Amino acid sequence: MSELLTASAAELSDRLAAKELSARELTTACLEQIERVDGQVKAFLHVDGDRALAAASSVDEQRAAGAPLGRLAGVPLAMKDIFTMTGAPTTCGSRILEGWIPPYNSTITEKVLAAGIVVLGKTNMDEFAMGSSTENSGYQTTHNPWDLTKIPGGSGGGSAAALAAFEAPLALGTDTGGSIRQPASVTGTVGVKPTYGATSRYGVVAMASSLDTPGPCARTVLDAALLHEVIAGWDPRDSTSINAPVPDVVAAARQADVKGLRIAVVRELGGEGYQPGVEQRFNEALEVLAGLGAVITEVSCPSFDYALSAYYLIMPSEVSSNLARFDAMRYGLRVGDDGVNSTEEVMNLTRGAGFGAEAKRRIIIGTYALSSGYYDAYYGSAQKVRTLISRDFDAAFAHADVLVSPTTPTTAFTIGERVDDPLAMYKADLCTIPSNLAGNCAMSVPVGLSPDDGLPVGLQIMAPALADDRLYRVGAALENALAQRWGAPLLDTLATGPAGAHLRGGVR
Amino acid sequence: MSEELLSFEDAMAQFDPVLGLEVHVELNTATKMFCGCANVFGSEPNTNTCPVCLGLPGSLPVVNATAIASAIRIGLSLGCDIAEWCRFARKNYFYPDMTKDFQTSQYDEPIAFDGRVELEVDGEVFVIEIERAHMEEDAGKLVHAGGVTGRIGDAEYSLVDYNRAGTPLIEIVTRPIRGTGAKAPQVAKAYVSYLRDLMRALDVSDVRMEQGSLRCDANVSLMPKGETELGLRTETKNVNSLRSIEAALTYEIRRQAALLAGGGKVHQETRHWHEEGYTTPGRSKEQAEDYRYFPEPDLVPVAPSREWVEELRATLPEAPDVKRKRLQTAWGFAEQEFADIVNAGALDLIEATVAAGAPASAARKWWLSELARRANEAGVELTALAITPAQVAAVQALVDAGTVNDKLARQVIDGVLAGEGEPAEVVSARGLAVVSDDGALIAAVDRAIEANPDVAAKIREGKMAAAGALIGAVMKDLRGQADAGRVRELIVERLG
Repeated sequence: MSELLTASAAELSDRLAAKELSARELTTACLEQIERVDGQVKAFLHVDGDRALAAASSVDEQRAAGAPLGRLAGVPLAMKDIFTMTGAPTTCGSRILEGWIPPYNSTITEKVLAAGIVVLGKTNMDEFAMGSSTENSGYQTTHNPWDLTKIPGGSGGGSAAALAAFEAPLALGTDTGGSIRQPASVTGTVGVKPTYGATSRYGVVAMASSLDTPGPCARTVLDAALLHEVIAGWDPRDSTSINAPVPDVVAAARQADVKGLRIAVVRELGGEGYQPGVEQRFNEALEVLAGLGAVITEVSCPSFDYALSAYYLIMPSEVSSNLARFDAMRYGLRVGDDGVNSTEEVMNLTRGAGFGAEAKRRIIIGTYALSSGYYDAYYGSAQKVRTLISRDFDAAFAHADVLVSPTTPTTAFTIGERVDDPLAMYKADLCTIPSNLAGNCAMSVPVGLSPDDGLPVGLQIMAPALADDRLYRVGAALENALAQRWGAPLLDTLATGPAGAHLRGGVR
Repeated sequence: MSEELLSFEDAMAQFDPVLGLEVHVELNTATKMFCGCANVFGSEPNTNTCPVCLGLPGSLPVVNATAIASAIRIGLSLGCDIAEWCRFARKNYFYPDMTKDFQTSQYDEPIAFDGRVELEVDGEVFVIEIERAHMEEDAGKLVHAGGVTGRIGDAEYSLVDYNRAGTPLIEIVTRPIRGTGAKAPQVAKAYVSYLRDLMRALDVSDVRMEQGSLRCDANVSLMPKGETELGLRTETKNVNSLRSIEAALTYEIRRQAALLAGGGKVHQETRHWHEEGYTTPGRSKEQAEDYRYFPEPDLVPVAPSREWVEELRATLPEAPDVKRKRLQTAWGFAEQEFADIVNAGALDLIEATVAAGAPASAARKWWLSELARRANEAGVELTALAITPAQVAAVQALVDAGTVNDKLARQVIDGVLAGEGEPAEVVSARGLAVVSDDGALIAAVDRAIEANPDVAAKIREGKMAAAGALIGAVMKDLRGQADAGRVRELIVERLG
């Protein structure tokens, strides 16, 4: 495989800056890899090669002219199909938005374009970000590059798979209950859910407004930090965005030092129901961190046991309201407009045809939870649990600088295995949901392949709100130490080993 | 639409009405509630729109700080407490005029609450308790086309104009108003009229009922006399003028009274007012939708500091009722004379005209007769006429100085309205000054006497009533440019 495809964004940006490599050359390599492997991986819903090449050429011209360019200028990126971008479809993986071309850019799209990052296309996702496998996409299921019979995680499985299949060095995701971290975990990549409000939601199609957090996806911790730096910051167009300086995540990733850092394992996020191979790799990673001088302790967060239940009331409640606007009146799908049906009937027919089963399930649950007479028992109680979870975090962070857990209880499961069992699917987000409910930040970093099935395992690092830099310090330290132990980064196994033969054009 | 009605007198003999008024005020902020689009009336459809007020996927609202300031000023001037912390809430329902299929409103945490207003109606004072004043956004506007009535029933298709979507609204809700008896319709009218004047004084809204920037939903229920338990109510919408409020409530009271007196019951429902003088049923409240309110997660709470609230309190203008009492005393008008001014919306104009030097009686005369007629002919408000209070005062000054008479003054006003300049300029340009040279007047009087010997003879006999004919002849001769009083004096001199 071309080393252009396996190189990190940091290395590529250095070579681009040194004019050893042109953005056009790099973009061409990514587009060729997409052409080569995406028929099997199915990470992308939409690729606009001409636009990407034009953007790359523009960066090359600017560089030749000596214009000041961002650090990542000319580096290609795969964008989750939930960020609006003019001139490209935004479907959110839903048939109800088929054909919709947004007339405006999300704030993050603006930042990415202003930084000279080359957008290759839009990646597959579970419909409206609801799912842990991309099987809820209205268009296609993405396959895990480590094993094409396995799920790539979700909802951001497309972005994670694009990274693991070496189709793009950077990607964007959104994390409402784990949609960045769980796909990162099962694909051996890095995914960060920044502090809620640290990254703008303007132009990111909402699933659950109080939880949705856009964030960076990458193959290395430093790459994630470089992208984090580009996309984070206060946005006056998002009233929930935080007007505070962005912590220096790039410096933290370079510092990569955990000496004396207090790292606490969350007792409730492990044990029964966790795959032995996952726990084994998790514990080995703890030993590595201890070896680097970190102080490892254990904390208890008892309210986390109720996180999944609270999440599945708050999130669907917001979903039921956020997804109301897809009513066939102004954009997207319209079904049954025959001149006889009433407006209400056209709305019903369109929503019936346009939404998939999981979207409907959540709309129904949320509508019920918010109903008069049930509100206090469901939505009201769930908000109280949310407060308790925040208090558990506060108490834990009084004794620890960061908390850790496995990112997800198991490695990638088989496509089709959990589609008829929503609860089993929901459990993939057991460890990631608490940080969404509390609004703090968290990262998933690869810690090896599970000995029982040979699939990637992720470790989750959780830090207090606005202390996103701690994630990068710990993540980078662990990444460096593990690469040293293995002799190479984990993804090299895929780039050069037999598991990744299909990514090198070996299998078509 | 003939429903059984009891006479108002009979209704009042058997029942006590209880009112509840919900008034929506569209704020006159430069931009909309949650986005930067222009907040103006009458633009081409769907031109004042953006991803936010169109509710496009991914867009997010940001609260307009000026709208919050207006809401607080309205709350303060209604004697309300201002919340230290409150949130917006989503009111969920599907309708094509709602771009998000929920309305961003306030639910159990209004920005202002617990106020009161005192009104005087025919010398009797009524206390109106304000339950709350909360912030929300307006919806778009549906235009039902292809039918005769313009209503949805017989329309072929409907068009939506989202220019109004996201316009800032303040909804002011009263507690049940009891004890008004037969004056219920008048109290309701007086209350809305009070709010209209208040909003105008605060300069927070255009308060044009005909354009919908002030809207009133009138709730009324009846209790058999002596009872204290509230009856089932109806809510009448589409009440677009002060006169309609009175008429619609009178109608509803008579209709409900006929139902109840006949042993029937009132359906709790929304009713639609028709200017022809009746109401028809709309949406039934018994199958009312569950709006599934919950706190709007896209907006942070509104927490106005006490310092800011006090700053805003300091900007409140004189309350309209206090101001009216002050001006009525200063100008010396009788109750009805003054009421006419208020009802014509001429109070501020007359105040400014008086401030520019005109006597109050003259200012009142010009604005309520000559200018009101012209405004009426042109179908515009008095304030929209192309003449300023200062110019009206200048016209009166010309009259007082004897430069023009009343008839000529009206021509001066014509000139000002036609854009010919200041009153003095119009007088010289049109040559409108009265002939004050006695020599010219005497010559004209003599010509009139000569031409009308019969009339002259009667006057010589002492029949002064005949003088009018001679005065008319002189005025005609001088093309109106004479002081009639002086002409009369000269006629008496010549023939007396």
